[in-house]
Amino acid sequence: MRIYVCVKHVPDSAATITIRGNNQIDESVTFLLNPYDEHAVEEGVRLKAQIGASEVVAVTLGKEAAINTLQSVLAMGADRGILIKTNDRPDSIFTARALKAAIEQDGKPDIIFTGKESIDSEGMQTMFRLAAALDMPVATNVVAFSIDREHAFVECEMEAGVRQLLEMPLPCVIGTGKGLNKPKYPTFIDIRKAKQKEIKQIVLASLKIEKPAASMEISELKLAVEQRQPKELKGQPQEIVKELIQVLRDEAKVL
Amino acid sequence: MEKVGILIEFKDDKIKKTNYGVITLARQQGCELYALVLNGNAAACKEQLQQYGIKKIIDIASKEGPLQWHPVKWARAVVAAMDHFGINTLCGLTSAQGKELLPRIAADLDAPLVMDCTDVVLNERAAKKSQFSGKTVATIKVNGNHFIFGIRPNAIEKQPDPCEAEVIPFQTTVDKEALVVKEIKLQTHTGIDLTEADIIISGGRGMQKPENFAILFECAQVIGAAVGASRAAVDAGWAPHSMQVGQTGATVSPKVYIACGISGSVQHFAGMKTAGLIVAVNTDPEANITKNCDYYIVADLFEIVPILSRQLKLVVGENQLT
Repeated sequence: MRIYVCVKHVPDSAATITIRGNNQIDESVTFLLNPYDEHAVEEGVRLKAQIGASEVVAVTLGKEAAINTLQSVLAMGADRGILIKTNDRPDSIFTARALKAAIEQDGKPDIIFTGKESIDSEGMQTMFRLAAALDMPVATNVVAFSIDREHAFVECEMEAGVRQLLEMPLPCVIGTGKGLNKPKYPTFIDIRKAKQKEIKQIVLASLKIEKPAASMEISELKLAVEQRQPKELKGQPQEIVKELIQVLRDEAKVL
Repeated sequence: MEKVGILIEFKDDKIKKTNYGVITLARQQGCELYALVLNGNAAACKEQLQQYGIKKIIDIASKEGPLQWHPVKWARAVVAAMDHFGINTLCGLTSAQGKELLPRIAADLDAPLVMDCTDVVLNERAAKKSQFSGKTVATIKVNGNHFIFGIRPNAIEKQPDPCEAEVIPFQTTVDKEALVVKEIKLQTHTGIDLTEADIIISGGRGMQKPENFAILFECAQVIGAAVGASRAAVDAGWAPHSMQVGQTGATVSPKVYIACGISGSVQHFAGMKTAGLIVAVNTDPEANITKNCDYYIVADLFEIVPILSRQLKLVVGENQLT
């Protein structure tokens, strides 16, 4: 099987974000593999281990620095990587087209895994656009996964402990959720071996993607204002709780 | 006047109250609103929708009757209705169902989509949403022929505006789809949906063991609150992932968020920082959460929570008498 994993190089959620210009962040912070994509990589690698005779190909779109993220994916067990290189920050409408073009240039996918969302732009949509472009079925927030020769069977977590069980013909796109698996962290040897693996670089422009009619752009990016002024409720426990209830009733008006 | 479709969501055949915030947002911008109902409950929810200024309710069904839940068929049906009624803008909730449907609709129409909006200016085609784990607020401008917005549940305060609504039937053809819904499986647990709740009581590392969550559930039950958990508590196996609030869990916006024994990491705040009022109960006065909340109590949660339950029972009892 040919297993593709689409990943994103994102700022560490623990990083201190500062704004540059009107609509960008200062990128001199630690970047890493998008956490939801870790589950996608892990599932792709597990699937290969289960069925054998497969190749796991990681694809990302980003600046040259995104090679670091591909390296981590290769250390987790993917066989090779593809970087669609650009200094722009295309929206998900364009990104899905680029991923499709790069994947189709590389081979014929039997299944595509990707995280259910990225933790930087939190768009929650690229996998759906990719699936639509490739005319494949898609499931999101997948927390259980299996396949037979022709189908994928998934459980998707909905709200409040409800799951939907879906069946889809292969090839399909799987948006991985947190409960799906526990990614294994690579050993030193894995990391060293990954350095031998191939990373193909494609210049985005060379894919000759037609400009879509629709687009989304960040017109302004600001730091979120932290405007809360913490007040301590002090006293004996009984009194503290009495005060708290007053707050809930008079200020929050929820009682 | 711009036509705006509002994708109405239900939970167990009851209309979710978070729909009213979405309706309020579009109504206050002078749009002509079309409530889109897919599960056969259009007539049943007329009374409630017209309280919020909905004048047209589109009852979307197939020849055979109401549509069974199916993410692809539902998305296609919404697209067909938008096409039929000339609706170019669609607003829904960024709930589990919204995360299934809105991106499918956007992909179908090749239209821009902004999820988890905390505000939208419809005529400027601009939405505000948080990015980078809630550390930034982005204004996103969209261009295209259709525009789709998923609103963060509870982000917009609902305002009633009573009127008279009509129910308009709309019949759509449903094709066979490659994707098949085999089963809807109910996991054992929890009661109130985190993203719907007005009040959430959450437990973190300070809960110490799974059984201790019972005191949060007891307190929550008194006031109809939902119970959440931090990543630390979920990773320790004390609570299921469906209860997790934060970066890799649910994003919530309740009126009140009570954090018990939660240190308040950046990742946790990413999931709850737009709550109306944040109350922290923590033994550590230096815990991060005490620096970015409205009220904090430096005390043992095992002392405070049971007292809170008892006092709330009295208050709720009095409310019922009066």
